[in-house]
Amino acid sequence: MATVTFKDATRHYPGNPKPTIDKLNIDINDGELMVFVGPSGCGKSTSLRMLAGLEEVNGGQIFIGDRDVTNLSPKDRDVAMVFQNYALYPHMSVADNMGFALKIAGVAKDEIKKRVDEAAKILDLAPYLERKPKALSGGQRQRVAMGRAIVRSPQVFLMDEPLSNLDAKLRVQTRTQIASLQRRLGVTTLYVTHDQTEAMTMGDRVAVLKDGYLMQCDAPRYMYDHPNNVFVAGFIGSPAMNLLDLPVVDGGVKLGGYVVPVSREDLGGATHVTYGIRPEDMDLSTDGTGLELVVDVVEELGADAYIYGTAAGVNQIDTDGDGGSKPFLARVDGRRPPKRGETVHLKPKPNHSHVFNADSGQRLGK
Amino acid sequence: MAADAVVDPDAPESGVWKWVKIGFFVVVAVGLIAIGTSTAGANGGLKLANALIAIVGGVLGAMVLFWLLNKLVEMLPPKWEERLKPYVFIGPAIAAIAVFLVFPAVQTVQGSFYNADLSKPVGFQNYVYLFTKDPDFKSTLVNTLLWTLIVPTVTVILGLLVATLTDKLNPVSEKYAKMFIFLPMAISLVGSAGIWKLVYDSSSGNIDPQTGELNRIGLLNAIIGFFGKDQVGWLQTVDMKLNTLCIIIVFVWTQVGYAMVLLSAAIKGVPEDTIEAGRIDGAGERRIFFSIVVPQIMPTVVTVFVTVLIGAMKVGDLVFAFGADAYNANVIGSKFITTLWTDSDLGKSSAIVVVLLIAVIPILIYQVRTFRREEAMR
Repeated sequence: MATVTFKDATRHYPGNPKPTIDKLNIDINDGELMVFVGPSGCGKSTSLRMLAGLEEVNGGQIFIGDRDVTNLSPKDRDVAMVFQNYALYPHMSVADNMGFALKIAGVAKDEIKKRVDEAAKILDLAPYLERKPKALSGGQRQRVAMGRAIVRSPQVFLMDEPLSNLDAKLRVQTRTQIASLQRRLGVTTLYVTHDQTEAMTMGDRVAVLKDGYLMQCDAPRYMYDHPNNVFVAGFIGSPAMNLLDLPVVDGGVKLGGYVVPVSREDLGGATHVTYGIRPEDMDLSTDGTGLELVVDVVEELGADAYIYGTAAGVNQIDTDGDGGSKPFLARVDGRRPPKRGETVHLKPKPNHSHVFNADSGQRLGK
Repeated sequence: MAADAVVDPDAPESGVWKWVKIGFFVVVAVGLIAIGTSTAGANGGLKLANALIAIVGGVLGAMVLFWLLNKLVEMLPPKWEERLKPYVFIGPAIAAIAVFLVFPAVQTVQGSFYNADLSKPVGFQNYVYLFTKDPDFKSTLVNTLLWTLIVPTVTVILGLLVATLTDKLNPVSEKYAKMFIFLPMAISLVGSAGIWKLVYDSSSGNIDPQTGELNRIGLLNAIIGFFGKDQVGWLQTVDMKLNTLCIIIVFVWTQVGYAMVLLSAAIKGVPEDTIEAGRIDGAGERRIFFSIVVPQIMPTVVTVFVTVLIGAMKVGDLVFAFGADAYNANVIGSKFITTLWTDSDLGKSSAIVVVLLIAVIPILIYQVRTFRREEAMR
């Protein structure tokens, strides 16, 4: 068991104008499940591969426990990895796949068999030990890849989008299994994914990366309630937070016909702010005050209903830069949803508003 | 199979390079014509014209044949056209195989039971003679065995080595390194014998007027002469099968390029993440190569091994072109040539070929089976 420390770790591919990972600083506690999440190209896989030793570190250091592993080869780092495509050895049986690392380490044959059998029992792979990977289903292959990692009892598990090749149902099931297995084994784990739901449900802490920079690293709940900046606010949470460019007025921020109270100190003299409100943090108001919304689409999901609409005078900020206009989104009671074409009034719940600096995107206030 | 990965379809080809390449081929072609006309004397031009006529005539002839047959079939009623069309297209090929492969094979087997000028049947006498009385046939079989053992093994090992090493080069160097290693493959065996005869030479050269010694022309002898060693008759020494081994080296030289191309494509097809997984599992580079890469490219290794093995069993022209048949370096193929031409014995030469045929058949069956199994697995 060990902690993992990235200290100013930098990866700069030759020929690229910018580093892929720029001075990453992060501490992963002993036994913690840390999830790196971000859009594709944010450098999350690269940082994991730097820890694995598959990617050169051009600056800074990486520690596992007290050991500086920056320049060690993968085999000397005592880490195990689960690959996105599982990377099973196609010519070896399941048992040989799982025991390969132990065989190289010179562990006695009966000891290998014992540990492989144990792992197979945990992962329900016992009936398949003599099969080749080709004869397994996607979910079984994924479990073999997990098994290959756990038989070694390494200091750190590295998981590079291990669920992305599974179908949606199996993915939900497996992510719970992985999380509970990790907690049972208590091995420090770095888990990389592009799926924010996976990150939120699995991680003890979540680190959001963008363009090689760490945006925020916090426990999922805290990050959900206190996104540090506009990017994290838009990235974490599904459906995504509404992010609007709003003018500052006396006493707060003007949301349509409603003034959201924000203290003067928090606003710091700005005339415009980026205002964020999650779809579930809105209430339908009955007295005709609040943000006026013309309902375009109603999605009824049973328990909830989501209403998409255009709000007069406010525009969503284009956070992912794809130029597409985004409708305003609110969650309402699934039993009594408004109809399409109806005009409704929405009021933000108190203390659930997020305000960001319109230029820097940094959070204003707590 | 992996062979089609040799040509990288994504490789961008700039217009300049295309013209450089075309220019290169034009220069080579013109050069060859120039060499051909100058060395072949008065007849050179005529020979070249013959070759051109043969090439153009052959291609055009085949096209006209298929075009005519197609037209004929199309004149039939649609039902018959559909029925006959496949046979029309496959017919000429089958006819060619029957005339040029099956018929001679049957004739050869029949001939092996006849006397020297095929005038009288002699039963199994030719075979009995070869295996009991012929002074040279036993060493011929031993040599052939040496060829079949050494050539495919060494070729596959060297091919793997070269493929692995070139894989680690940058793409441009890799391309040129591979080109040079593949080049011998394009030279005919008789041509390579001509080249290597100069390397192995031990008999020609003029006497140095000062020392009274023979100026060494053979490259190998010149090199060992530099260290003060006496000349060695590389192609004449039967001890330790030295001459056979020397010729085997030449054959391997021509085959390594072929092995390299196929194996290199296979190595590139090995998923990178299995290699990375091996690295994280603690395997060193050698372990990764033998425990992860080689098992994954085994089908290609077997294909290359068997193809080269068959090539080694059929070889004969190379030994004959070296003139080493006179020094007990015969293999079945060259023994056949000398028996047919030097001894003018049609019966015995047929018997030799039949022995070779019987030896090759099990390997062919094995190859066809593995090929079918691989096809089925895809």
